[in-house]
Formats: sequence, structure tokens, C-alpha cells
Amino acid sequence: MTPSRTAFAAILGKDLRAELRTLQSLPAMALFAVTSFVIFRFGLNRTSLSGGLAAGVLWATLLFAAVLGINRLFVAEREEGGFDAIRLAPIDRSVLFTAKVAALIVYLLVLELIAVPIFAVFFLNSARALPPLAMVLVLADIGLAATGTLISSMAVNSRARDLLVPLVLLPLVVPLMIAATAASEPLLLLGGVSYHRFGTWLMVLGLYDLIFALLGYAVFDFLLED
Amino acid sequence: MYGKGLRPLSIATVVSFAISLSLVFFYAPIEADQGFLQKIFYLHVPLAIVSLCGFVVAGIFAVLHLRRDDPRWDAYSYVAIHISVIFAVGGLITGSIWAKGSWGHWWVWNEPTLVSFLIVFLLYATYYPFRYAIEDRQRQARYASVFAITAGAFVPLNFLAVRMSASLVHPRVFATAEGGLPGSMKLTFLASIISMALLWTTLVKFELSAKSAQGQLKRLRRALDAPSGPPSSRIAPEVH
Repeated sequence: MTPSRTAFAAILGKDLRAELRTLQSLPAMALFAVTSFVIFRFGLNRTSLSGGLAAGVLWATLLFAAVLGINRLFVAEREEGGFDAIRLAPIDRSVLFTAKVAALIVYLLVLELIAVPIFAVFFLNSARALPPLAMVLVLADIGLAATGTLISSMAVNSRARDLLVPLVLLPLVVPLMIAATAASEPLLLLGGVSYHRFGTWLMVLGLYDLIFALLGYAVFDFLLED
Repeated sequence: MYGKGLRPLSIATVVSFAISLSLVFFYAPIEADQGFLQKIFYLHVPLAIVSLCGFVVAGIFAVLHLRRDDPRWDAYSYVAIHISVIFAVGGLITGSIWAKGSWGHWWVWNEPTLVSFLIVFLLYATYYPFRYAIEDRQRQARYASVFAITAGAFVPLNFLAVRMSASLVHPRVFATAEGGLPGSMKLTFLASIISMALLWTTLVKFELSAKSAQGQLKRLRRALDAPSGPPSSRIAPEVH
């Protein structure tokens, strides 16, 4: 039995290398996010956003951009027989879950590295909100990656692949989005950064991350059986 | 097979509904603030609570399915979700009527209990397209169980997140440490919730026996068409 840490590093490395060489998901996600910001810029017809509106625009865009990446997360495994290979390999199968979650977190972080500065340039008057916002982003990414990986691994084996991910994922991440927007809203206020109930919402995000990461880890075995 | 005990259960449901409804209309006092309209409380709240409990129970059935690898538990889980979704629709409609009557609006967006219930309902509404998008039967059952477990864990978490985000307009009937309801109302409410839970159980049992009869019929037809094969001894209701 290969130790889990080696298997984890191998799968994560494989995913990141494949993404780097094919550039299948990330450019599309980033482009989608930037285009959405442009649409919001003209749709809302405002030069700057603040508070709840800014948080809503940011999170709606990031969520839909993330769905693009989540849709494609297991496509290579499905089409090139990666699932069979994992089943045959002498490793703990849950490693595939943790490695995919890690890969998705990396994608989301790269996406946010591109999209959030552009969002700040387009809509924000100052960059002071960005450091605390980074904490919210990281915590939300973990939850989004855990639920996204779980749903994506199921959707990829179904008939309505691209349909199922947004359909099932969106209601499932509503609590996460509530907590993320509520935590970001006071940060993006026009009058300056406020930390109203910031810690509480970070705790809700952490709780969500914990529950769905553990849940995904526990049930992932059953999704790989054949 | 699944029809066993259905008759006494149905009779118990009818009797308990007769008792609880007569309690609602003849025993429970008319509420001073909302008048007769408040009676919908005895229908709306049990519907919502029983459907939420049904979702959690479906998650527990799904855990048993994954653990024991017995297709019967998957059928239980499916039917429990099915009936709970119907109850949830009832809860949403009665809740809307009550909201229109007492708050003046069909829907109030800053009301956490309503919104979180709607989100839970939307999530479970995706159970059907999700389940039937998977062709392989065993895989379908397994994935549906994973969905039921995930969504079952989601129910309490969702209520926590939504409740924290909004004001508290919804009547916190039991939150105010025994001071919320007078005894006669509490008794009536208890009777209503018991009768509603009995109705849920009866419907689940009924649906299960109907599904299993359907499955058996299909199997018999298949056996008639091809008399060579031995009839399957597995009696799991079909949920396709």
C-alpha cells in the first residue's frame, strides 16, 4: 500500500501539471469572471460599488466561475480511465478526494488572484478591504472545493453532466454564500473597513468547511465502487 | 410484503386526525391577536417539521444503505424524500397563506425560517433530476444515498446560517422557555404533530408497498415472457 501522502502528492501534481499544459479550466474561469465584471459594470451602470452590492457582485461572479472549473474537474478521469486506475492502484481511495479538493482550491486561489484585483480596479475606491477579504476567500474556497468535488465526481458519471453540477451545487452552497457575502459586506463599505460580526461569519464558514470536508471524505469511497 | 400493518396504521392515522382536528376547532382557544387565522398554525408547523425530520430520516436510511449494501434501504430513503418533498410543498403553501394573513405579504425575504425552508426544498427538488440522470441502477442507488446523506447534514447547517443572517420576525413559539404557548394550545399542537407524523409514516408505507407491488408485477411479467430464467428472490421495491 502506497502511503497516502505520496499518493496525494502524485495525484495533485498530475492534476496541476495537466492543467498547466492543457490550460483547460483556469483561463476560461478567469475570462468568465472578468467578462462578468464588465457586464455588471454596464448592467448596474455604476463606477463604484460598496457594501452588499459589491459583495454580491463579487461572490456571484466567483461562484459561477468556480462552477466552470468544477464541471471539468473529473472529465479527464472519466475519459482517460483515471477512475479505473485509481481503483486498481494500491492506495486509499479517499486520497483522490483530498487531492482533487486541493487541486480545486489551487484553481480557485489562482482565479481569485486574477479576478479580485480586477474587481478592485473596476469597482472599489481603495484596496484596504483586500487583506481581510483574503481570509474570507480562502475559507469559502475550502467549502466550495469540498462540495464541488463531491458533486462533480457524481455528476461526471451521469447523463446530464454539465447540468447537474450547477443544479445541485447552487442550493448546497447557499449557506456558504450567505456567510461569505455577510462577512465581506462590512469590509467593502464606502466609509472604510468595518469588522461587524466578522469573526462570527468566519466561524460559520469554518464550520461549513469542516462538515462538508469530513462528509465528502467519509462518503467518497462509495462513489468509486463499481 | 410492505403492505403488512398498513391497515391498522391507516386507521390510527384517520383516528388521530379526527382527534387533532376536533381539538384544533373545538378545544384550542381562538388567538387574541390573529383570530381564527391562527388555526393554520396546527397544520403549517407540523407539515414543515415532519418534512424536515423526514429529510433527516432519509439521510439515516441512506447511511444504512451504504453500510449494509441492501437496496431496500435505498428504496426507504427515496420514498422518505419523496413524501417529505410533498409535505414541504404543503408547508410552503400553508406558510404563504399564513404570512399573507398575518404579515400582509405572501412571502417575506428577511424571514430566516421561510428562506431556509425554501432553500432546503430547492435542494431536495434537485434529487429527482439527479437520481434519474444516472443510468446504472446500483450506481444510481449509491449516488442517491450520498446525496441524501449530504443534504441531510445540510438541513441543520442551512438553518443556522440563514437564521444568523436575518431578523427574527417568525414566531419563536417554543424558544421562549415554556412561556410561548398556553397549555391547551400546546396539547392541540402535540396532537397535530403526532397525527401528521402518522400520516407521513402511512404514506411512506403505502408508497413502498405500491412500488414493491409494481416491481413484483414487472418481474412476473418478465418471467412469463422468458420462462427459462428462475424468478428473482430479491424483493426490493423498484424506484425507477
